[in-house]
Amino acid sequence: MAVLVLAEHSNDALNDVTAKTVVAAQAFGGDIDVLVAGHNAGAAAQAAAKIPGVRKVLHAEGAAFSHALAEAVEALVVPLMAGYDAFFAPATTTGKNVTPRIAAKLDVMQISEITKVLDTSTFERPIYAGNAIMTVKSGDAKKVVTVRGTAFQAAAGAGSAAVETIAAPAGPFKATFISEELQKSDRPELASAKRVVSGGRALASAEQFNQYILPLADKLGAGVGASRAAVDAGYAPNDFQVGQTGKVVAPELYVAIGISGAIQHLAGMKDSKVIVAINKDEEAPIFQIADYALVGDLFKIVPELTSKL
Amino acid sequence: MKVLVPVKRVIDPNVRPRVKADGSGVDLANIKMAMNPFCEIAVEEAVRMKEKGVVTEIVLISIGPAQAQETIRIGLAMGGDRGILVQTDVAVEPLAVAKILAKIVEAEQPGLVITGKQAIDDDANQTGQMLAALLGWPQGAFASAIAKDGEKLSVTREVDGGLQTVSLELPAVVTTDLRLNEPRFASLPNIMKAKKKVIDTKSPADYGVDVTPRLTVVKVAEPKKREAGEKVADVDALIAKLKSVGAI
Repeated sequence: MAVLVLAEHSNDALNDVTAKTVVAAQAFGGDIDVLVAGHNAGAAAQAAAKIPGVRKVLHAEGAAFSHALAEAVEALVVPLMAGYDAFFAPATTTGKNVTPRIAAKLDVMQISEITKVLDTSTFERPIYAGNAIMTVKSGDAKKVVTVRGTAFQAAAGAGSAAVETIAAPAGPFKATFISEELQKSDRPELASAKRVVSGGRALASAEQFNQYILPLADKLGAGVGASRAAVDAGYAPNDFQVGQTGKVVAPELYVAIGISGAIQHLAGMKDSKVIVAINKDEEAPIFQIADYALVGDLFKIVPELTSKL
Repeated sequence: MKVLVPVKRVIDPNVRPRVKADGSGVDLANIKMAMNPFCEIAVEEAVRMKEKGVVTEIVLISIGPAQAQETIRIGLAMGGDRGILVQTDVAVEPLAVAKILAKIVEAEQPGLVITGKQAIDDDANQTGQMLAALLGWPQGAFASAIAKDGEKLSVTREVDGGLQTVSLELPAVVTTDLRLNEPRFASLPNIMKAKKKVIDTKSPADYGVDVTPRLTVVKVAEPKKREAGEKVADVDALIAKLKSVGAI
């Protein structure tokens, strides 16, 4: 048995969700190889070789891989799968974009965002915005899955896998990268932050979001999140959104400020270890899942909390 | 350019799903159903493209039980031109949906397929990408902006960390993210007009697609419940509590 794991990286750095995906692949069993497809991604390949439990790293270079275009990654991975029993990718936007293409080409059903590996054909995954947990058994010859990073702990220690350079298809592909606009932030990345401070509609403006949420996040060394309402209203950028269709987080501490707690938001944070809710509406659904609930005016509470920490 | 828009009938997003006591699934009996919110965004985008003169015809497709016809009617009332219902009582998985859609694409020859990024019931986020792969077409998944640029399509995608813009050769598949648009409500006159629009009823067998599930549902369970929390009186009490559990 052998598993191919797709690395999530930014060419010069490896995202730690890759190590978590390797842990999920270990639960599946067999030899684990990590594929780093990128452009000048030597540093990411070296970092992948240090993940414990990895047999070898396959390093493919090409301009089309610099932004992980689905068409290029599919062309690279599908032939490689002749030598593997399973393909594991992190359930990031890159993994979600690419993996179903690979599954369809292999004529297998993908199993999305697994949270547990029970055996080599059985997996658990949340459905209905996390309101139900489904156990599914796959009858397909090869298993293609995406892994919810927050459900697995990266293993400690360091590996020393060999890095093998492999040939990559050069294209041309029917899709080309034009540009990207990434949020620059010195704060911890939302999906892997140990603490997250999130703001909702009650912040009422982008200025107040920045004025109240950011200092508290900085004080806690936390990542910053937002509800859909806050994002739709333009108080925070799209990729801050926590929820069913945004990011799924499971930090040690999640502070929900001015967030009512719609089903879709809870789907993205209800596995957090400690949840604090600050809301003036005593009936807000967020209080049903909060460990510590503070009812009151966030514009008074949040500055006080920030100054007292 | 003709556009195909697949639409899915799902549980209403505001309804809290209940797991059946026997663990066989989620109880959908007498539950309010609706068009998947991402599919509404897909229909809206197609209608806007038609209003701009970029699109000539919008064909809505739903695969599911007879009631999925209601979902197509909603899309027709929003501005779709005609519908295709592929009727089956089997819960069709994304791979089989993609195969049926690929056959319909072959017959209809659209320039673009717009799907939602995910259905809020199975949360799979696969169908659009699978369809693109089966057709050998490029994909613009999680789109927050679409613009036709000559013979190409410029798609801005919501990715972790920000936005990415790609250029796709047409024909292509695009999947919609929340920020693409604000879907319109169907007006009563349009709902009445939509009743006259044609919906063809087909079956998966008409397309030669085997819809037998590849995944067997072993069980469906309630997620682990969180223990009840407590109300704290003020900021000092909150800080004390967080310190006592080691959260800060």
